Amino acid sequence: MQRSSREYTIWTVGLVALLAFALLPVLWIVSLSLKRPAQVGDGRFIPQEVTFQNYNSLFEGGLDSPLLRPLINSIGIALIATVIAIVLASFAAYAIARLDFPGKTAILAGALAVAMFPPISTVGPLFDMWRALGIYDTYPGLIIPYLTFSLPLAIYVLVAFFREIPWDLEQAAQVDGATPFQAYRKVIVPLAAPGVFTAAILVFIFCWNDFVFAISLTSSPEGAQTVPAALAFFTGDESQFTAPTASISAAAVLVTIPIIIFVLIFQRRIVAGLTSGAVKG
Amino acid sequence: MAEITLDNLTKRFPDGYEAVKDMSLEIGDGEFVILVGPSGCGKSTALRMIAGLEDITDGELRIGGEVVNQIAPKDRDVAMVFQNYALYPHMSVRENMAFPLKLAGIADDEITKRVEEAAEILDLSPHLDRKPANLSGGQRQRVAMGRAIVREPKAFLMDEPLSNLDAKLRVQMRTEVARLQQDLETTTVYVTHDQTEAMTLGDRVAVMRAGVLQQVGTPAELYSQPRNIFVAGFIGSPAMNFLPARIEDGTAKLPFGDVPIPEDAGKLESGREVIAGIRPESFEDAALVGDARDRGHTFDARIDLVESMGSELYAYFKIEAEAIRSADLDELAADVGAEDLPSSGEGQIVARLDAASEVRRGEQAELWVDATKLKLFDPQSGETLTAAG
Repeated sequence: MQRSSREYTIWTVGLVALLAFALLPVLWIVSLSLKRPAQVGDGRFIPQEVTFQNYNSLFEGGLDSPLLRPLINSIGIALIATVIAIVLASFAAYAIARLDFPGKTAILAGALAVAMFPPISTVGPLFDMWRALGIYDTYPGLIIPYLTFSLPLAIYVLVAFFREIPWDLEQAAQVDGATPFQAYRKVIVPLAAPGVFTAAILVFIFCWNDFVFAISLTSSPEGAQTVPAALAFFTGDESQFTAPTASISAAAVLVTIPIIIFVLIFQRRIVAGLTSGAVKG
Repeated sequence: MAEITLDNLTKRFPDGYEAVKDMSLEIGDGEFVILVGPSGCGKSTALRMIAGLEDITDGELRIGGEVVNQIAPKDRDVAMVFQNYALYPHMSVRENMAFPLKLAGIADDEITKRVEEAAEILDLSPHLDRKPANLSGGQRQRVAMGRAIVREPKAFLMDEPLSNLDAKLRVQMRTEVARLQQDLETTTVYVTHDQTEAMTLGDRVAVMRAGVLQQVGTPAELYSQPRNIFVAGFIGSPAMNFLPARIEDGTAKLPFGDVPIPEDAGKLESGREVIAGIRPESFEDAALVGDARDRGHTFDARIDLVESMGSELYAYFKIEAEAIRSADLDELAADVGAEDLPSSGEGQIVARLDAASEVRRGEQAELWVDATKLKLFDPQSGETLTAAG
């Protein structure tokens, strides 16, 4: 008992420390976002007076407001990129996990190499190419590079999940009268759902958080500027010479919310053990 | 329902390994045929070829008279029960059983009716809305059977469906499978490595070894007229005893004496070395034989071990003999474990005696062997020399 209660204490202290480390900056940003710009530097954790002015100003002016268009762009681009990445990656991962074909390892190694590639080194060439092709500052202009970097990640995650699914299930479906595609859609995909959602969340967060491509390949909120890029162009609320700290904090809090919602919705699907009971063992 | 014909089927894997070699087998409409053999003998591959899960390298497969070599599994109208059941874990029992019907585009109320009928037969009605994860092994097995029978397919293919159950449940389900097959009268091919299952279930049993069909016949035929030493050793439990023997003037010289050759052995020249096979029940305590004494041979043996089964006794004794070398026996020993094959190397013989016998461990006993049940095999080819089976 002694030992387990000591272990309990150690775990508690450790977890509290970890939570504090992770959450204090978030709380600090929330606190900043609720302060008047003049009080941002007052060093208080709890604002003297709470104001929502910073949030209101982000959306003042409707579509011409500082945040609304970038927010729409962010959501649109991240969702489209996620859907495309997951559809393509699930086909690729299925083939890699199930079939034997020449160049299989080369594909996986290539995917890994692409994922390792430093994004910044592609920005210069992409900037020139996109302008020549006319997709600079458009959705495809961001979605394509996002896919380049998120597909390998999604393929890796999904291959691991597909390999876990007993192959017998698919054969059972085929004998039961399913076409290969029906077997895939009705048996394999539902079972791979936790993997699909895991991959989807990772891809979505990658696209949502990206700054390098967003700042380099977009130029206007009317085009494809996403929130991280738009934040960089914020000016002070009262005059353009005050630091826009409070506005940026408010925007930062706002862009965190979709991610939290996204994860909360899907975490219920990301439960282990969904395949239990399929086969004995 | 339909007959299934395997016409010189061969399966060669890309690496050149031949899992099934030139296999021909006719399975009649409504017949229950068992493919049995040690692991790796190609029985599952043969079944999977019938299901369409393995391509056929050579030969022709006909289901209901139609050549199906190139037909996809889904269009062959056969149902398969997998060794690990392969239930869809994200679907309830009801959905699992309805799945093949849904795919076939059958109307919803008809699906409900058929699923409920099948659930009734299999005692699954209370569990229809549960997920496979919440079922016991036996229940899962029945769901797998249910998924097969709702379709009313041309044939059932079962790949070791009982091997994942514990011993008691296995015996229970064995009877259930037999009853179900009899009621439905659907052509069934059943794969197992368990010779007891094979003997108790099948109308006919096909014994396979290393991709080659060894013998096909009713359980009784396989037991009493094994075509070669492999079938003889594989079928029956405890296994047949094998001893070295030499033919001399119409008698077989065995380590424990001379036994007259059975009449069905035909002409065997003197001096020929053979392998003699004697089933454990061909032995008896000499004191209990009575009138039959004349058609056998009595000898003394020192009993090493006696196992009482209640209804009978297993007596183990050793003989002075060189170990028999035969590829067939080596493979049997590797498969079942040498201890299950008493005479494979140690010269140990097992005799099944009447429960009334008073043989004691460590004592001399007078035993009798029925000469008419003696089997003789060629040591090189392993083929039988007594009665072509």
